[in-house]
Amino acid sequence: MSFDYIVQQIANGITLGSMYALVAVGFSMIYGIMRLINFAHGDIVMIGAFTTLYLLQNIGLPLPIVAIMVLIVGFGVGMLVEKSIFLPMRGSPQVTGFIASLSLSIMLQNFGILILSAQPRNFNFPEYMNSIITVSTIKFKVLDVVIIVTTIVLVIALLLLINKTKLGIAIRATAQNLDVARLMGININRVIMLTFAIGSAIAAVAGLMWGGKFGQIDPLMGYIPGLKAFVAAVIGGVGSIPGAILGGFILGISEVLFVGLMPPEYSSFRDAFVFIILIVILIVMPNGLLGKNMEDRA
Amino acid sequence: MLKIKNIDVYRGSTHVLHHLNLEVKDGEIVSLIGANGAGKTTTLRTISGLLRPKNGEILYKTDTNSHPIDTTSLPPNEIVKLGISHTPEGRGIFPQLTVKENLLVGAYNRVDDQIESDLLSMYNMFPILQKRSRLDAGKLSGGEQMMLSLGRALMSRPKFLILDEPSLGLAPLIVEQIFDMLKRINEQGVTILLVEQNAVMALELSSRAYVLETGRIVLEGESADLITNKKVQDAYLGGAES
Amino acid sequence: MIKISKQGHHLIVLITVLMLFSYLMQNYADEHILMVANFIGISIILAVSLNLTNGFTGLFSLGHPAFMAIGGYTTAILTFPIAKRALFLPDFPEQLANIQLSFVPALLIGGLLAATIAALVGFSVLRLKGHYLAVATMGFLIIVQVMINNFDSITRGPTGLNGLEEFTTIYWVYGWVFVTIYTAWKVKFSSLGRSMLAIREDEIASKSLGINLFSTRNLAFVLGAFFAGIAGGLWAHLVTALTPNTFSLIMSFNIVLIVVVGGTGSITGSIIAAILFTLFTELLKPIEESFSLFGLSQIIIAVILILVLIFKPKGLFGSSEPEFLR
Ligand SMILES: Nc1ncnc2c1ncn2[C@@H]1O[C@H](COP(=O)(O)OP(=O)(O)OP(=O)(O)O)[C@@H](O)[C@H]1O
Ligand SMILES: [Mg+2]
Repeated sequence: MSFDYIVQQIANGITLGSMYALVAVGFSMIYGIMRLINFAHGDIVMIGAFTTLYLLQNIGLPLPIVAIMVLIVGFGVGMLVEKSIFLPMRGSPQVTGFIASLSLSIMLQNFGILILSAQPRNFNFPEYMNSIITVSTIKFKVLDVVIIVTTIVLVIALLLLINKTKLGIAIRATAQNLDVARLMGININRVIMLTFAIGSAIAAVAGLMWGGKFGQIDPLMGYIPGLKAFVAAVIGGVGSIPGAILGGFILGISEVLFVGLMPPEYSSFRDAFVFIILIVILIVMPNGLLGKNMEDRA
Repeated sequence: MLKIKNIDVYRGSTHVLHHLNLEVKDGEIVSLIGANGAGKTTTLRTISGLLRPKNGEILYKTDTNSHPIDTTSLPPNEIVKLGISHTPEGRGIFPQLTVKENLLVGAYNRVDDQIESDLLSMYNMFPILQKRSRLDAGKLSGGEQMMLSLGRALMSRPKFLILDEPSLGLAPLIVEQIFDMLKRINEQGVTILLVEQNAVMALELSSRAYVLETGRIVLEGESADLITNKKVQDAYLGGAES
Repeated sequence: MIKISKQGHHLIVLITVLMLFSYLMQNYADEHILMVANFIGISIILAVSLNLTNGFTGLFSLGHPAFMAIGGYTTAILTFPIAKRALFLPDFPEQLANIQLSFVPALLIGGLLAATIAALVGFSVLRLKGHYLAVATMGFLIIVQVMINNFDSITRGPTGLNGLEEFTTIYWVYGWVFVTIYTAWKVKFSSLGRSMLAIREDEIASKSLGINLFSTRNLAFVLGAFFAGIAGGLWAHLVTALTPNTFSLIMSFNIVLIVVVGGTGSITGSIIAAILFTLFTELLKPIEESFSLFGLSQIIIAVILILVLIFKPKGLFGSSEPEFLR
């Protein structure tokens, strides 16, 4: 196995990791502020992918505009979902929210099947996205570069929002202590809704990338990104935004290496491995790499 | 300033406050004392809207001449806007926000342009906070956290300040400092409702006081009278304190 | 005069009703209705046994179909005719090649294997709480699915096993319905059951009462898994085919839904919700197919669950049983 091959695999892992990181960031933010494992987060990725398909192929809008509109759609869906399902459950046990999100996920998937049928659709980006860039010996598609750059831009924007704005302070304050945040005059319902919407918007954009990268989408496609985001978030420490990003890249790179370096007969065990890793981390290091102890919010 | 009329408050299925009546007049310091579990925190949380009374009402007047506002069913963020600021039990600082961010959260609902200058006057009042301004608040000592909590409450420019056991777990010297500060704050026109375990200090600071026992007001009056009251001395000043 | 206690009285009524129902179905119902009646019975076993875990202790497990799969495959493999094995399962391990059991022992072994695996899994996973436990048990379900897919020498992988013998009759199903309800009832109204409910209500308080949290939880988990395993075996020989995808997250969701709608902790609630759920999906199936509205019933079901979680989070019966039964 050559050095170049490994470098190439790592480069692929970074692309994959970028997408995982984007899905994981929203997942983690939502967990941080609501203590909700949002099982439907992956289905927002699916909605983002189908929105992209529609705007790009049926309406024929240019890609950058599509990306912005996907962001808006994701934001809107997030707002709607939070307001109609999770707001009325505020204060219920955590597991109630989780079961509700499982319901939501099943609902969205079946809506997809009902409206669009379960058939996978081909997803074609404009041709220029597939041209190859060579950096010394490593080959990148333009698409990969776009994915990585977009991820970096979104992550920086998000970190600025969280760390430098009033809303960002309110989001962090609410995540740390709900009651005291209310005593400070923060309208927590609004802040939670916005957090949910922002996380969903980013997931929807990840759906655009996902479709472009894998070339096929279907209504059940959200399961894998949702699951991987969860694992990435847990690796990084659920609730921590830098943790989710780190976790996304660790997962993406190790997954590509795992499949690339292992004998092929093991690759069918991949899903099982992902879950075993997840369960082990939950038991052995529940706060992940960068997480704080999240359970003890007042 | 504040008038609580006949409220009943439940936590889960437990009936915690029974027909509670309490009044705080403009410019006063009123203390509310009582044993553990009497319902002091519950009272304060009800005033600031975190808990809802089952019946009864809470009326609040921003100043003597204005119309009383019924705050009974307002959410906490609306109540904060009326000028009520609540320093919660255990100080409630945000451990993973910096000291400065904690202070800024205190001014969350303000839109004027004097937030920066108020921040500076907080730093003047509590120089240690300026020194630690970029540190995560969770790393502060207990006394520093209390100062931060108080500073944060003042950042909203309150007219009415509620404090839940500010002396809890602090060294006597620091408690002394904090109480001095409360006195100064009050002299600048802020009305104060103080919950305390440390009954002596609370009664010395306040002009009037209420004694709460298992969710009922059992005594009320001038602090100076209560401090010499036999019952109060036995329950809160003698046995309980030593 | 023989004196019969109130409990004994209920018991006799329950047995009579179940026997009469099975007899009527067996002799007068057409094939489709008989099938539905069997599905109802299996749903009841699944829901009541999940209630032993989820309802009484507050442990939220999504792993029930995994135990069903273990029980189902075990029963199916153990009863698989030796003569047919060469054709269907050419790589079958030699040590087991000559073992063929009849239905009942195979069913029991299936249940016991599910329970044993539950004990092992529970040992590591049950220290997690709330939604983390739910996720870990969901992971367990996926892992079991992957295993079944890959151990094709005994499971035939993704193709699954078909042409199983129709051992499962309505009498077997409702016999096990009885055993499940009886066990759940006994457990609920025993001192063990009270400690289970105590764990659910307040972990700290029950710790101070000296209830051994870990072993009580583990026991609830293992007991639930046993009946899930039995349900799996019954299922296998009712529909006479098994594939790994049968035991999906959707199935897990549906069982959880029955328990939540009925009221976590309420046996009566689980039974009634199981009946309603099965009838509802069976009634909607033809509508879905003739108008090709695939996904419709699952959407409606998901919406119902969300509405219940919002407006009646304790379900139909809370955690109690109707007055006249107690
Ligand atoms: N979340 C809750 N659920 C149920 N009961 C509660 C809850 N919080 C407090 N209580 C009960 O309400 C009563 C009053 O509690 P509260 O915290 O108001 O007392 P307190 O006077 O502030 O006591 P302390 O001096 O210990 O702070 C207590 O009996 C307490 O057990
Ligand atoms: Mg208190």
